[in-house]
Amino acid sequence: MAIFTITRLTFLEAARRRIALAAFSLGIAFLILYAVAFYLVIHNSSGLPAGNIQADLLRSQIFNFLSLMGLYAVQFLTIAMAALVAADTLAGEISSGTIQSIVTKPVRRAEVVMGKWLGYALLLALYLVLMIGGTILIVRIVAGYTLPNVALGALLIYVESLVIMSLTVACSSMFSTLATGGIVFGLWGLAFIGGFVEQIGALVHNDSVVNVGIISSLILPTEAVFRRAAFIMTSPVVQSLGFSSGPLFVVSVPSSAMVVYAVFYLFVLLGLAVRQFGRRDL
Amino acid sequence: MAPNALETNSLRKEFGDNVAVSGLTLAVPQGEVFGFLGPNGAGKTTSIKMFLGLVTPTAGSGSLLGAPLGDRAARAKVGFLPEHFRFHDWLSADEFLQVHGELYGMGRDRLAKRRDELLELVGLTPFRRKALRTFSKGMLQRIGLAQALLNEPALVFLDEPTSGLDPVGRRLVRDIIRDLRSKGTTVFLNSHLLSEVEITCDRVAFIKHGEVVRISELKTLVEGETRVTLRARGLAPDVLAGLGQWGHDVRADDGLVTLTVAGESALPGLNRYLVSKDVDVYALTPQKLSLEDLFIQIVGTDGGL
Repeated sequence: MAIFTITRLTFLEAARRRIALAAFSLGIAFLILYAVAFYLVIHNSSGLPAGNIQADLLRSQIFNFLSLMGLYAVQFLTIAMAALVAADTLAGEISSGTIQSIVTKPVRRAEVVMGKWLGYALLLALYLVLMIGGTILIVRIVAGYTLPNVALGALLIYVESLVIMSLTVACSSMFSTLATGGIVFGLWGLAFIGGFVEQIGALVHNDSVVNVGIISSLILPTEAVFRRAAFIMTSPVVQSLGFSSGPLFVVSVPSSAMVVYAVFYLFVLLGLAVRQFGRRDL
Repeated sequence: MAPNALETNSLRKEFGDNVAVSGLTLAVPQGEVFGFLGPNGAGKTTSIKMFLGLVTPTAGSGSLLGAPLGDRAARAKVGFLPEHFRFHDWLSADEFLQVHGELYGMGRDRLAKRRDELLELVGLTPFRRKALRTFSKGMLQRIGLAQALLNEPALVFLDEPTSGLDPVGRRLVRDIIRDLRSKGTTVFLNSHLLSEVEITCDRVAFIKHGEVVRISELKTLVEGETRVTLRARGLAPDVLAGLGQWGHDVRADDGLVTLTVAGESALPGLNRYLVSKDVDVYALTPQKLSLEDLFIQIVGTDGGL
């Protein structure tokens, strides 16, 4: 199957060109940093409440907050990795000419795009297993605490990274590597700022400001999906108040419809990449 | 009758306002070694890209091994060495052939066998585990050639196959082409090295501004009146005068004589005549109108600009 040959090739490329190595070593460096910081917070802080049930509740709030903070950083690293590994994929092969000996074989161009997409999707899955798994494990070992709904939350962060990766592949099927990078980080920045705008709107009860945020989430649903993930993984006590304790302090929680939208969005982008690459002169 | 290996009818490609190929019509029968000649920018590479489905024609049509251009199944029987031979250089030679064989849909055993054969053929067996990144230009060309022959294709496109090669490598390519011809493989050769084309091709097409200016059989191309240079000792004046019966425009100059004969078929007789007159012949060289002269005659010295 040509599609799996391309997937394997994509994996090999990430390994040989040391892109994966760079990303994974950075990831491990982060986990070490996180573990040290977390340990120091738990064991060297005099202000940490202890003793009664009330204090235990507060402690679990703090652990929840710190865990989500870790995942927030993980999410950043994952997005950067998704965009960086995929930006050069089609654009780079077209400009260097390596694509010519590939697509003149009896393969469909769609198989080339989907094979690459699948390769990156697997790479991101591996990366997230390491990073989210590592974060959860550190918190569990050091503090004996586990985030609620962590599997579902991790899945949502995976969806978020797939959205960024699909956007990157789609841009790469149409534009140069550099333009792809510019567009992806530009849109991501827009969604990021939009997320803040939405929170501020919700805090001051201004619906039109909230709507501006929602529109930015529709343009690129990454930030919204993460906020949904953070909400799901927030302690039930805080959740019942209608916001999450994540570093974003989520007041306006995106609905699960936004997650459905994000999944739909990433497949539309994949379809767009297949279509554009299929009709392009190489 | 078998269909032509390649056939095109008024193929045209425009990139915006720029017309790369204006109307290419040609037919290459199966088993032929076909040379595709023309100045830089004449649209040779764009044409090959249209044949292989890399570029969609703006207008016109064509067929490849009996299937319409761009047909996926037909490409299983086609080999292609792209210009500049840019490949994934982080693969080893072995992995490179493995991946490309898989893309051809070749079975495991057949692929393993072909891989060994071809590495041996292009002389890269000792380097099979080395990354392509470490290869010289000539080695890349060799591995690219091996890649183009993996599937034992019925039709091979070679876009400038000898441009980076030293004389040994060029001879290798020539031998490979000869071997392909003997197996009945059609070879479509795009080359600037006219001496190569002269030796290897059955027919050539000259293209200029994306149009075929002339298609000729190489044999007829170089036949006709030939100027001959003769290096000899013991040429008596009467023998020299007698040369007039073999040709015209006889000129003698310090042991070197040149004359124009009707064709190459006159040479054996000329030689016998000289020997019978006790002349020591050191060389008898026909100065054929070279393909290069012809190229310039047909395409013009402006290089098609």
